[in-house]
Amino acid sequence: MMDRQGEIAEEPIIEVRGLLTKFDEHVIHEHLDLSVRRGEVLGIVGGSGTGKSVLLRTILGLKSPDGGSIRVFGKDLEALPEDERREQERRWGVLFQEGALFSALTVAENVQVAYREHLHMGKQLMDELAAVKIAMVGLRSGAADLFPSELSGGMKKRAGLARALALDPEILFLDEPTAGLDPIGAAAFDELITDLAHTLGLTVVMVTHDLDTLHATCDRIAVLAERRVILIGTIDDMLRSEHPWIREYFHGPRARAAFAGK
Amino acid sequence: MAEASGAQEPSGRGPSGRGPSGRGAAASYTVEIRAGGFTFRPAGDWSVAPILAIDDELRAFTGARPSGEDAIFDMSALIRLDTAGAWLIDRTVASLEAQGVKVSYQGLNEGHKVLLDKVGEGGLPKPTVPERSSLYVEIVGRIGAALVAMWSEALIFVEFLGHVLATVWRSIRHPSRFRLTPLVHHMEKAGFDALPLVCLLTFLIGAVIAQQGATQLRRFGADVFTVNLIAIIFLREVGILLTAIIVAGRSGSAFTAEIGSMKMREEIDAMRTLGLDPMDMLVVPRVLALLFTMPLLTFVGDLMGLLGGGVVAVMQLNMSPAVYIERLRAAADFWTFGVGILKAPFMAIVIALVGCRSGLDVTGSAESVGTQTTRSVVRSIFLVIILDAVFAMFFTAVGL
Repeated sequence: MMDRQGEIAEEPIIEVRGLLTKFDEHVIHEHLDLSVRRGEVLGIVGGSGTGKSVLLRTILGLKSPDGGSIRVFGKDLEALPEDERREQERRWGVLFQEGALFSALTVAENVQVAYREHLHMGKQLMDELAAVKIAMVGLRSGAADLFPSELSGGMKKRAGLARALALDPEILFLDEPTAGLDPIGAAAFDELITDLAHTLGLTVVMVTHDLDTLHATCDRIAVLAERRVILIGTIDDMLRSEHPWIREYFHGPRARAAFAGK
Repeated sequence: MAEASGAQEPSGRGPSGRGPSGRGAAASYTVEIRAGGFTFRPAGDWSVAPILAIDDELRAFTGARPSGEDAIFDMSALIRLDTAGAWLIDRTVASLEAQGVKVSYQGLNEGHKVLLDKVGEGGLPKPTVPERSSLYVEIVGRIGAALVAMWSEALIFVEFLGHVLATVWRSIRHPSRFRLTPLVHHMEKAGFDALPLVCLLTFLIGAVIAQQGATQLRRFGADVFTVNLIAIIFLREVGILLTAIIVAGRSGSAFTAEIGSMKMREEIDAMRTLGLDPMDMLVVPRVLALLFTMPLLTFVGDLMGLLGGGVVAVMQLNMSPAVYIERLRAAADFWTFGVGILKAPFMAIVIALVGCRSGLDVTGSAESVGTQTTRSVVRSIFLVIILDAVFAMFFTAVGL
């Protein structure tokens, strides 16, 4: 957060070393290294099937790694006892691709799940805080009492973001945050993420295909190919790279359109 | 104005063990009265877990209308602030301002300021208290709503029946539109595959009725009439009711779930856009399949029930099979059987229509598939029993 600048700024908030993941015999990642600095917005790109989402799920502990180590906040999630692991999980928030809202709960109740289950918070404060979060992600206050099935795609993502931010996490993981949104909605979402990352002092890790999002929000980009992170750096580093896939990605017709005039 | 010297109000201590390392400190605040107003000094860790301990106290503080014209919020002792803590401060400030107190900040760092501004953007959320009416109004209101819903459901059901009949009529006039393959498929799934269950259950119920009947009738020395009991009760009522309930639970629910999940995944809309009528493709084959197979299932069920009764008669009453069959003939005529089997097509239509209609009523969520499936089964069993009662009155009136 903003007020903890005194802490060891050099140590990466997420550190992946020599990660190996595989499904049966099919190897997804091998010797994958990645480190995320505190306070940065990192975009992970890569072709379909390079395991971007798998990497995200592995960092989150939803899939256990087959080798290597993952340290978040300087601790290896795999090695932590159950209760410390829960504590750890409360320090990050995740926005899934389709929002993954609980369909039996209203938007406000979705946001309140963590308050209710982890903090046993009183009803009044819970309602107030849910309203704050809902306003923060740019949903109108009437949306609080709607069920997920009554929301549009963009609203679902915003509601999912409000839920991810419920406990004021230090790290926010986003899986394809702008997929399925119209360009105006996507641009607004980019702006929202940049704004929130700044205000709340978040570290953001996102998987995305959206070149506009990469350009508008990310401080650094990690490229996933050949089972590992082949390059990590700024947009300019990407544009300078000679790697064929990176060239194609960042110099293709869509990329030129996205970066034109920026 | 009298100088009120530093009245300190010690405040709540947050649960210090809570939160990951580095978040251990408690949230607290002090209020210092001075000339013309007071200084409010939040201190410690104002993040979501620790603030729970001071929330009520803060509400009480602002609710008590603290005296003074201006308040200074001295933020220098604050170690940590997150959106929840910022909300508490913003709420306090807003409610003080509403009471006419001028509030200014002191020692506010940039990060905290950004956070306070962000939280303030949303404004005070309106409390959403659901309107509660008196118990009497509530009861009357619910009964009324249920009646209206029942009436509109009845209308929808009749409309749907008309729609299906019109589609069937169209298929008869244009046989090329008729889908034979799905019809056969559903006849197999809803009819043939139900055979083992129907056979087993009707056999067992037949045996149980015979056994109970024999025990009771023996007291009057009338145990030979057990055969009459089985024949009449099974052929007229139990055979068809049992079959209908099994089919409603087995196939009616399957219809709802199948059509419902197709509706949920927009497959039905896709069909419409391709110029295919879901009535033709999904509903009519299912309705016809049940219409054809229910009488057959009932027939088999009747036979198995009589067989079950027969086994008990032979074993418990020492009746020879030939005598059992002879007594059956004497007890039941064609219309005993006819009354039962005549109800089968009507019940088939009710079950299939309710199942399909509930499937089409599914909305976007996974939950609604579950709700509609439950509703489909409950409703079709309910209607089947109502229908049975209506038939009983009808057959009594016509003297069968």
